[in-house]
Amino acid sequence: MRIRVDNKNIEVDSNKSLLLNLKDNGINIPHLCYQEGLEPEARCRICLVEINNKLVTSCNTYPKEGMEIKTKTKRVNRARKINAELLMPEHMDKCFRLNKHHDLCNIIGDLGLKEVRFNPTRKYTADLGASVIRDNNLCINCGRCVQVCAQVQATWAIDFAGRAHHEHVTPYFEHDLNDVACIKCGQCIAACPVGAIDEREHLQEVLAALKDKTKHVVVQTAPSIRASLGEEFDMPPGTLVTGKMIAALRRCGFNKVFDTNLGADMTIMEEGTEFLTRAKNNGPFPMITTCCPGWIKFMEHFYHDLIDSNNMSTCKSPHEMLGILIKTYYAKKAKISKKDIVVVSVMPCTAKKFESTRPEMKSDVDYVLTTREAAKLINHFNIDFKNLKDEEFDPALGISTGAGAVFGATGGVMEAALRTAYEVGTGKQLTKIEFDQLRGMDGIKTGTIIIKGKEIKFAVANGLANARELMKRKDDYHFIEIMACPGGCIGGGGQPLPFAWEKIHKRMAAIYKEDARLPLRKSHENPIVQKIYKEFLDKPLSKKAHKLLHTHYYKRGL
Amino acid sequence: MPDLLLTELRKIQKKDGYISEQAIKKLNKKTGIPLSNIYGTATFYAMLHTTPQGKYIIEICNSPSCFLNNSLNIIKYIENKLKIKSGQTSKDKKFSLHIGSCIGCCDKAPAMLLNKKQYTNLTKEKIDFILKKLK
Repeated sequence: MRIRVDNKNIEVDSNKSLLLNLKDNGINIPHLCYQEGLEPEARCRICLVEINNKLVTSCNTYPKEGMEIKTKTKRVNRARKINAELLMPEHMDKCFRLNKHHDLCNIIGDLGLKEVRFNPTRKYTADLGASVIRDNNLCINCGRCVQVCAQVQATWAIDFAGRAHHEHVTPYFEHDLNDVACIKCGQCIAACPVGAIDEREHLQEVLAALKDKTKHVVVQTAPSIRASLGEEFDMPPGTLVTGKMIAALRRCGFNKVFDTNLGADMTIMEEGTEFLTRAKNNGPFPMITTCCPGWIKFMEHFYHDLIDSNNMSTCKSPHEMLGILIKTYYAKKAKISKKDIVVVSVMPCTAKKFESTRPEMKSDVDYVLTTREAAKLINHFNIDFKNLKDEEFDPALGISTGAGAVFGATGGVMEAALRTAYEVGTGKQLTKIEFDQLRGMDGIKTGTIIIKGKEIKFAVANGLANARELMKRKDDYHFIEIMACPGGCIGGGGQPLPFAWEKIHKRMAAIYKEDARLPLRKSHENPIVQKIYKEFLDKPLSKKAHKLLHTHYYKRGL
Repeated sequence: MPDLLLTELRKIQKKDGYISEQAIKKLNKKTGIPLSNIYGTATFYAMLHTTPQGKYIIEICNSPSCFLNNSLNIIKYIENKLKIKSGQTSKDKKFSLHIGSCIGCCDKAPAMLLNKKQYTNLTKEKIDFILKKLK
């Protein structure tokens, strides 16, 4: 179909909204409340265009034959400016200055709005959670967080309440996020265009620990950080910055830089062995992975039957495993007292912040920084990130495999686990270690593999709305991996803003590039993993391994 | 099932006088509608309340017709008289005051509902008279 836009004929796709069609044709319409992949709600009224002399929101209008669209007229600009001005007072009162991370502030800058004639009216108390902080005073009611929570995560922790100027986003009965079924995934942080939802920062505590000369401060970085940290320093999405990241963290003053990928390898050894044991005992199936703390909390709220029937694996998440290994194995080897070690994790995740405060975990990770916070830390020390020379992880707990690297993307845990389970289970080598059916961005991916004559059916879901779908037919499978965030950890709530699917695709490509680059690609081949089992833990699922690397779950109410 | 939400909420409102946390948790179990959605719906409609209400619920209209006939003054007058703000309930649990939406009495503005009964052409004297009868 062809329509006329600004006196030019352009070819459009009638199944896409005008906003997206115009974007494909190089015309960027400013918009706030629309986020890729979600239903347009047309709340913010910023994306106005003129169609046949009428002002229409382009995000929820679809092209029709004979449309004549104008995007740059005086009338359009004036309307957009007024609408932005009406949104601005609530935000401006708290924001102080134009912030390039806030979509609204960027739009205000582009529209050339200098003065706001209205006074803010919102008076809410900020909700200070263990990992997600919500300040309704900055909120402009665009509804992206509500939509993400309902459509992508199917959690419905927050919704609009009240009417007219009393309308605000809140959990039910104005509870704090801590008291309701919020899974702390942080997707609402990634969705928020005004910074009204933010992570609970551990930055000051980490800075204090770095200054304290009596402390031995150790940092570990998650698999997906190396594919996304560069974005915070204006590098193109999907740039692998492993070496630069390590160099930068050393310059921040961390005594040792370790690799969470090793924790991931440990997870695979434990989880893979657990799966093989279950295969031997014929169940209980399906076994479900527990690397994602968002999914764990979701399960604790909504799927109590999985706890009863022992479907959940008991493994801790990789960074908790490495955390406890640092404070036991490494502490013993390096002859440092456990209480003098401070473990900091750099994670793409806000749920990990919550995980480290779980009482039953008695977490050995002291502080969790998100990717964004890590970038702030590096900027705090005035480090020229782009021009750093590559460095290597500290070898004590820093050698990892490709299997650990792929943890960062959806399907990665399953792929890594199958590589090990197959080879350990059968004693044979895999002819092709890439599982193509597990790669890509589909919501639910499935496949089969034959181990010792038994057909093992496996399934992978990312995004908890997809997980809900998969749980309906969970009994069809033997092994299930679930990641809460879209795309896995690479789309996590702690990753650089703003959210864009294109960036997640590029990060995923980078993760698989890292896997292909590494000489070792199977967890059980990792020499450090073998050493840890030989010197410290005996064998996977041994009594000591159970005590240190495994955990249990609680049933939580709504 | 979601179509029945308003009916269910009105039933609860009628039975308990307000919609409590327990009630929406029960409703969530019964219908599977998420808690936050139920709360959102309950706070959207002026005829539903989420806090315990007084014996007499006063809903004053402040839509354009009533507004133009000085309903704001009447609201302020009642607020001063009962020593509560709109949206609140008096300490002795006798009165609750709300600013409601249009009740279709635009020809006799300003108007209000007292326990769902209409009172129209309100003046300060009339308010005094009505409230006196209730005490």
